[in-house]
Amino acid sequence: MGRYVARRLLLTIPVLIGASFLIFAMVYALPGDPIRALAGDRPLPASVQAALRAEYNLDDPLLVQYGKYVAGLLQGDFGTDFSGRPVLQTITERLPVTATLTGVAIVFEIVIGIAAGVLAGLRRGSFFDNLVLVTTTLLVSIPVLVLGFVSQYVLGVRLQVVPVAGIGEGLYSYLLPGFILAAISLAYVARLTRTSLADSLRADYVRTARAKGLDRRTVVVRHTLRNSLIPVVTFIGADIGSLLGGAIITESVFNIPGLGRAVFDSVTRQEGAVIVGIITLLVFFFIFFNLVVDVLYAVLDPRIRYE
Amino acid sequence: MSEPTTSQRHRSDEGRDPHQREEEVEVGATALAAPDVDEADEKQTSLWGDAWRELRRKPFFWIGGVLAVFFLLMAIFPSLFARGADPRACSLSNSAQPPSGAHWFGYDQLGCDYLAQVVYGARNSLQIGFTGVIGLLVVGVVVGALAGYFGGWVDSLLARITDIFYALPLILGALILLRVGPEARIFGEPVPVISERGPGAIAIALVFFGWMTAMRLVRSQVIAIKSSDYVAAARALGAGPLRILVRHILPNAVAPVIVYATITVGALIAAEAALTYLGVGLQRPNYSWGLQISDGQNLLRTAPHLVLIPSVVLSLTVMAFVMMGDALRDALDPRQRS
Repeated sequence: MGRYVARRLLLTIPVLIGASFLIFAMVYALPGDPIRALAGDRPLPASVQAALRAEYNLDDPLLVQYGKYVAGLLQGDFGTDFSGRPVLQTITERLPVTATLTGVAIVFEIVIGIAAGVLAGLRRGSFFDNLVLVTTTLLVSIPVLVLGFVSQYVLGVRLQVVPVAGIGEGLYSYLLPGFILAAISLAYVARLTRTSLADSLRADYVRTARAKGLDRRTVVVRHTLRNSLIPVVTFIGADIGSLLGGAIITESVFNIPGLGRAVFDSVTRQEGAVIVGIITLLVFFFIFFNLVVDVLYAVLDPRIRYE
Repeated sequence: MSEPTTSQRHRSDEGRDPHQREEEVEVGATALAAPDVDEADEKQTSLWGDAWRELRRKPFFWIGGVLAVFFLLMAIFPSLFARGADPRACSLSNSAQPPSGAHWFGYDQLGCDYLAQVVYGARNSLQIGFTGVIGLLVVGVVVGALAGYFGGWVDSLLARITDIFYALPLILGALILLRVGPEARIFGEPVPVISERGPGAIAIALVFFGWMTAMRLVRSQVIAIKSSDYVAAARALGAGPLRILVRHILPNAVAPVIVYATITVGALIAAEAALTYLGVGLQRPNYSWGLQISDGQNLLRTAPHLVLIPSVVLSLTVMAFVMMGDALRDALDPRQRS
């Protein structure tokens, strides 16, 4: 197991380098001059411009710029944006916001997704089962953008039960955006739980347990649930990484100042260091949570051994 | 039990796209469904024949199919659906009027007939959905088939490259590419298509950051099939790698790819609306549901129909493809049959 984890950790390095270089190169291709844009109407003296360009390595070729950036990263230096503000500071401000949003979304996935899936899986073909099937199809089909706007209009503007936008009211203002962010995954959790539970209920050990005289409740709770939730738990684990990077639409609709918004704003201002820094971090989280899930698999399912 | 171990590990390797996990489950199923085949063609028609018999009984398939055909016709012949209104004939005196008997969808802020605006938006959405999916299938099938068939260092290299793209969030990646695109210069020249900010640029951005799932699907299918007896037989008869891949392996790997492609048309249509909403997708004077939603946002309190109508139409379009894909998945999965 230790060797497996070490090998996987080593494999993340080329992925991190490749992903950050790809983003770096795309931002590098922008022809505009961010320093001149920074100065606005009154042009900076040539010497100041040159000094700034040197400070941000803007005159180096792509690979040298990237090399210097990575060298900084390895020392924990994410660089600064063009107003001199450390990128790390932007990240430490924005990350908790996106993390809270993702956390709320995951709670919705676990509570609603698993509950709906278990109830539907126990009574396949029932009214509730069909209801779950139709609802999940709707949740998967309605784009986050639309779901966000409509719920914002109905719950925020019309009924006024939740804040319309922003994060002014603490955790409460994360409730609706969190649900919207969770919507698609929630539907998949419900479906996955349903199929997985229905499959395990047909397994031989369940029949044995029933034949032994155990009542249905004990069989479901003690024998079936644990097994059938393994794929669900791992799905949710991996989803944390995806939601962190996939929150930009939700953050835009509800005006939440998270990492996705930070990238969006930085793209407009050509703040390369901020874009590359945040996306590298998101890629790292994505890989990290996938690794955690793979390790978790071996813990939850003793049949799986990583050599 | 070594087989479930590998399939489970495969599944856990992917992360983001929930569609994909279900696809992976599919992989095992169809590989098992195509056992020692002598007459590959006959076996195949029977797989598709079974699937069709199954599909015909599914209401989801019919609802999705009818919706998809409806929107396809709308995209090809928009003037038939616009009830004679010209989307470019606008009069500010009608600004943001609510729906009425004569103008079913009312007017937008500039006083243009909203039904015509929405109807003409179908073409861009479907065009991006279909060209995007074709593009990512081409990339995914080629890269996946090469990686799966040749294995070894080719596979390792291509799999690493796929990992890199896979770890990048789709919307964020496409956002940066589309923002940079119009101004980017390669050897001092603007990049063709990308620089035009049209449907083509959006499709390319979505393909660039979205081909990985198709690649992994095809790769795992090819790996599962290439060790089968009929491939060995073809090789013994002297068939080259290209012929084996194209004639013998890929036709048997096609079922999960079709399911994935159908659902992804819907996903890409939704992604286009999201990118357009963020301001990097289609621009006026293009017609786009994403554009209509983002324009209507400011009038949400006074003229909610401006947001609600394109939202509903967009959702129905996405739903059409999701429903067909779901029904196809069930129909092509032999385990579901009694």
